[in-house]
Amino acid sequence: MTDLGLAPDIADPPAGRSRSAAPVTGIGTSRRVRYLLRTLALAWVAALLVLPVGFTLYRTFSDGFGPVVDALTDDWAISALRITVIAVAISVPLNTVFGIVCALLIVRGRLPGRSFLSALLDLPFAVSPVVLGLALFVLYGRTGWLGPWLSEHGIQVIFSLPGIVLATVFVSLPYVVNELVPVLDEVGTDQEEAASTLGARAWQTFRRITLPSIRWGLAYGVVLTTARALGEFGAVSIVSGNIGGQTQTLPLYVQDRFEAFDTTGAYAASTLLALIAIAVLLTMTRLTRHREDR
Amino acid sequence: MAVRLPGRVRRRNVAVAPALGVSVTALYLGIVVLLPLAALIAKSAESDFLTAITAPQARAALIFTVVASLTVSVINTVTGLLVAWVLVRDDFPGKGVVNAIIDLPFALPTIVAGLTLLALYGPSSPLGINVAFTRIAVVLALVFVTLPFVVRAVQPVLESLDGESEEAAASLGAGPLTIFVRIILPALRPALLAGAGLAFGRSLGEFGSVVLISGNLPYKTEVASVHIFGLIENGDPAAAAAVSVVLLIASFLLVLALRLLATRGTGGGS
Amino acid sequence: MTIHRPAAIPRSLTRRAAVGAGVLAIAAITACGSGSGSAGGSGDVKLALTAYSTPAEAYKELIPAFQETPAGKGVRFTESYGASGAQSRAVIAGLPTDIVALSLAPDVDKLVKPGLVASDWTEDQYKGFVTDSVVVLVVRKGNPKGIKTWDDLLKPGVQVVTPNPFTSGGAKWNVLGAYGAQLKQGKTEAQAADYLRSLFKNVVSQDKSAREALQTFAAGKGDVLLSYENEAITAQEKDQDVDYVIPDQTILIQNPIAVTTTSKHPEQAEGFVDFLRTEPAQKIFAKHGYRPVLRSALDPTAYPTPPGLFTIDDVGGWDAVNKEIFATDGLLGEIEESLGVTTG
Repeated sequence: MTDLGLAPDIADPPAGRSRSAAPVTGIGTSRRVRYLLRTLALAWVAALLVLPVGFTLYRTFSDGFGPVVDALTDDWAISALRITVIAVAISVPLNTVFGIVCALLIVRGRLPGRSFLSALLDLPFAVSPVVLGLALFVLYGRTGWLGPWLSEHGIQVIFSLPGIVLATVFVSLPYVVNELVPVLDEVGTDQEEAASTLGARAWQTFRRITLPSIRWGLAYGVVLTTARALGEFGAVSIVSGNIGGQTQTLPLYVQDRFEAFDTTGAYAASTLLALIAIAVLLTMTRLTRHREDR
Repeated sequence: MAVRLPGRVRRRNVAVAPALGVSVTALYLGIVVLLPLAALIAKSAESDFLTAITAPQARAALIFTVVASLTVSVINTVTGLLVAWVLVRDDFPGKGVVNAIIDLPFALPTIVAGLTLLALYGPSSPLGINVAFTRIAVVLALVFVTLPFVVRAVQPVLESLDGESEEAAASLGAGPLTIFVRIILPALRPALLAGAGLAFGRSLGEFGSVVLISGNLPYKTEVASVHIFGLIENGDPAAAAAVSVVLLIASFLLVLALRLLATRGTGGGS
Repeated sequence: MTIHRPAAIPRSLTRRAAVGAGVLAIAAITACGSGSGSAGGSGDVKLALTAYSTPAEAYKELIPAFQETPAGKGVRFTESYGASGAQSRAVIAGLPTDIVALSLAPDVDKLVKPGLVASDWTEDQYKGFVTDSVVVLVVRKGNPKGIKTWDDLLKPGVQVVTPNPFTSGGAKWNVLGAYGAQLKQGKTEAQAADYLRSLFKNVVSQDKSAREALQTFAAGKGDVLLSYENEAITAQEKDQDVDYVIPDQTILIQNPIAVTTTSKHPEQAEGFVDFLRTEPAQKIFAKHGYRPVLRSALDPTAYPTPPGLFTIDDVGGWDAVNKEIFATDGLLGEIEESLGVTTG
């Protein structure tokens, strides 16, 4: 089943149990009970998920495609999309590489501080985005720890792209690692050891043996990372300065349009983000199937 | 089939990697995670810590946040179990679609989540349901964003139940409810707790989805993250840091508890 | 012992993924590069404007108008809008900007000490101001509760919306409008303070900025919003169902503007500020609900002068009110805290 990039021991099923092939449809529950449960569950999902998102899509296009296109081709909207894409395009590869290195370290390395490392990796789940934004502000702001040094060297972190990237990297940090650790664990070192006896260098072994064996877990982790990076709002609110056209990401743009009473603009940008989210969902579903057939 | 390799050869190819890996990991985590949090904690020490965290508005925000998050966890435990049950134990056309949708709150940016909820359940609601500026709005937003957690935690466990114990109990004359309460629930308990714990942790710090629909009314619907945001804008980052540290400690303890729970649940090693 | 050779398909997928990531990264870097440069090639000047939350619509018209003038040719702008106090603090924290256009003079004065604005910024014929407005009472369309005066706000059951005076410049104007109106009616300072205490008992929401307070009100919260005249006019233009009342006694809001010392293009920045005080620009401001500082652009039928109009100087000047009313240990600090205890 899809998991959310959570720490492996939490999200995985307990080891040693067999999986049933077909859904066990009864423990003697009557048909009526089954229909009742089904109705309740579907009603809940409908009321909470389907209706709001569906209604938003409807509201966005209720005046036709024209206003939506106009809204999305607004200068600031295009900039917002560009800035968001750039921030994600920098953060995701960084976290992917880190994720692979860190996962290899956790599973294959003989580290004494493994639980400390795992705890550190859990932090992004525990820290509120606003708290993160404040922490970055306190560290890199003009009056912060690194502030004076940064001003002297003319480097702008807060209110500029680097600050946004740092926030995005933090919040999307653990997903690749958490996906890869159980995968690496399960795959084992047999093939790699075999390769090294045959004289393969470390990098060759990695590229030809390790990487292909973790491909689906890696892809899934990358998708989760991307989704989380795209959606970041709270920390970027504080750290970006919300400069339209320069540091205003697409989620910030949604809020900006909403506050300007430009509901069309707000909904248009939201719909764009929602469509991207749905694309992410579909990718997740597709990849899950591959992971399970591994 | 594995062959026992001479130790010297094996070590040669693997020796360099850990040292490099450790430095890269340490540097990365240090810069991205540890340094900002250290600066934050240092900043909180600059404030009159106890005054900042016991200030009436701060206290109200923190208490409300904890209560709301607990409520949300409870709601999600019940509904998440229900949804997971139906997805695993039932079959109907479109089940795959429903299953995929569950992850939507995770993929959707929080501000968009807030906007969509506001559209349907706010002042211009086509259903005539307006909960904006109320505490219910906060709970609604939090339930939305934490919906996937319990469902996804329970699903794999539910799937892996092989039904033997259930059938055995049924053959001994136990009714469905008894079987559910005495056999299924205990098996699901670790997953339920884990999912609920994650929902709780996420709710504690949630910001984007709450900001639009709750009205952020001090003492009424202001959550801790919004209060911290206000303190920052108030030009009091030290007090904001103090309240943040409280929130951090709470969430971190929670995550630690979840880890301990998980290792105990799977029987020891990890 | 056989070595399991990886199948061809997975390897190409991994390779594709790696290539994809690389392409993304390259695209990002090139986009970054092209984004920061201006479309018109090198030699284009870029000015950063940092303003408070409400004049966004006005500046969206003013900037293109400026770009048509000889002084504005080839000048590009970035803009950031937010609560006046918060923006001021952002600039102090390092937000790069060429021009600051804020809600009240103290928010610009705060930038003088760190050396971000020259200490003589008020020494021109407009005393550093670019627009005026007045505090008004914004009500629901048709004014169902019949709110006309400051005293009407104290009636039991009347819900008042005003931004948080500790973040929002607009809120300070509101409070001073209420306070000064009492003084203008002949009450003593003690009575004016009591008025504020009673007023805040009816306040149901304190958003971070004037615009957010308007948002809250427009979304259905409260019976009356304390706001600027120009905000009310903007709301009406955006088809919000509101009316507004100019109370007989109210304060003249004066919005300052200044060029920063850190500006890389002071000449063009000054040119922009000068442009904003010309008749065409002031007329654009007037169109968006602001009262021009330029006499000749002020239309008295659109912007009547209230009989009891007073200024910040009439209530003691910013230094005095900041210390006595707006400090955390001043009057408002005391009011907010007592509110917290009773409504907590």
